[in-house]
Amino acid sequence: MASYKHIQTLLKKDLLLELRQQYTLYGIVLYVASTIFIVYLSMGQPESAVWNGLFWVVQLFVCVNAMAKSFLQESRGRMLYYYTISGATDYILSKLLFNAILMMVMTLISILLFLLLLGNPVYYFGQFIMISLLGGLGLSLVFTFLAAIAAKAQQQAALMAIMGFPLIIPQLLLLGKAARQVFEPVVQAGFSQMILLLICLDALIIILSIILFPFLWRD
Amino acid sequence: MNKAWWKVLCVLLLLYTCSMGFLVKIPVLDGRLQQSIRNLYFHVPMWFCMQTLFMVSVIYSILRLRKQDWKSDLYAVEFARTGLIFGLMGITTGAIWANYQWGEPWSGDAKQNGAAIALLIYFAYFILRGSFQDSEKKANISAVYNIFAFAMLFPTLWILPRMTESLHPGGQGSEGNPALNGSDLAPSMRMVFWPAVFGWTLLGVWIATLRIRLQKIKLHYATLQ
Repeated sequence: MASYKHIQTLLKKDLLLELRQQYTLYGIVLYVASTIFIVYLSMGQPESAVWNGLFWVVQLFVCVNAMAKSFLQESRGRMLYYYTISGATDYILSKLLFNAILMMVMTLISILLFLLLLGNPVYYFGQFIMISLLGGLGLSLVFTFLAAIAAKAQQQAALMAIMGFPLIIPQLLLLGKAARQVFEPVVQAGFSQMILLLICLDALIIILSIILFPFLWRD
Repeated sequence: MNKAWWKVLCVLLLLYTCSMGFLVKIPVLDGRLQQSIRNLYFHVPMWFCMQTLFMVSVIYSILRLRKQDWKSDLYAVEFARTGLIFGLMGITTGAIWANYQWGEPWSGDAKQNGAAIALLIYFAYFILRGSFQDSEKKANISAVYNIFAFAMLFPTLWILPRMTESLHPGGQGSEGNPALNGSDLAPSMRMVFWPAVFGWTLLGVWIATLRIRLQKIKLHYATLQ
């Protein structure tokens, strides 16, 4: 119960910080908007397969940039303070939760902008939202953990991309494949299997983060 | 000499592979595959060896985090490095073969992509190591990445290819597992294939241990100076 309370407090702290320092939040929103605008200028309104591919690539870049600063805004001393009062597990769980919320909000914003600018080829809208949110969750979990690693190496975005892109490719392929069937009115087999696999992957990442994060913050 | 038995075994197995691999009678089923099937003794064992070496590397990474010693870190790095070399050789031997059989060296097959992802991950592992000055920090954080990447990579390498259609065995709608279709192999070929797998894997372990010894000597001299 104590750890639940710790996570709640840490999450509240992150949310408050985000709302008070609004420029970082608006920075990410602006990043989403300008990326999608560039895609729109260079592609116009593409057909559904291209639309789908572009959507996931944009999600990937948004995620790398949104997660990159997660472990940099606090000083070493304050990090140590959090560590001693709440423990590493609660700390990483609160970060994962916060970044998942942040990424899901960004996912919704980018869906909106995609629909506005690049047209609407989506047939099953509810399913598409569900897959996108699941994708945003998976991306945010992986890149939060990698941000924690990269924060230790002081080479943020570049290192995160190098480490993260190969790790995320299978998940992106799976997401793209699962999302492909929302564009046509035919039901394809294997959909629930893919969703289950994605959920299992997310669970795996959370478990790995809980086990491995304490080692990152030992020094 | 007692400890050298597996090195002798390695040489014998590889001599057997490299001679019998070219001599053993193979079934010619159609005009397409012909003698190029002998690549099975060289291409497929590279992946067996790579996976074994990466697995040993990740075990040493776990040991490093538990024991905090420099030796486990050294073992983890050198096994990963040797595994990477075997991965590169696996890709090369596959590409040469595919150039004749599939018409192009790279056809974007699910297994080819998986292999490329594995190599990228381990390249990233070395880039990550290179970005640290402090060796303790380097060892711990690269061990964390090694474990994280391994745990995420291998389920996907073994699950995803089964879900798509593939030119390799084990894809959707074809027999076998993603490595090979074992039940389809002629008995005479099986007699060469499995010794080849063990021979190449032992060679990989041998190279890694040699490199570890070399690094230990280098460290020893560095501390003397």
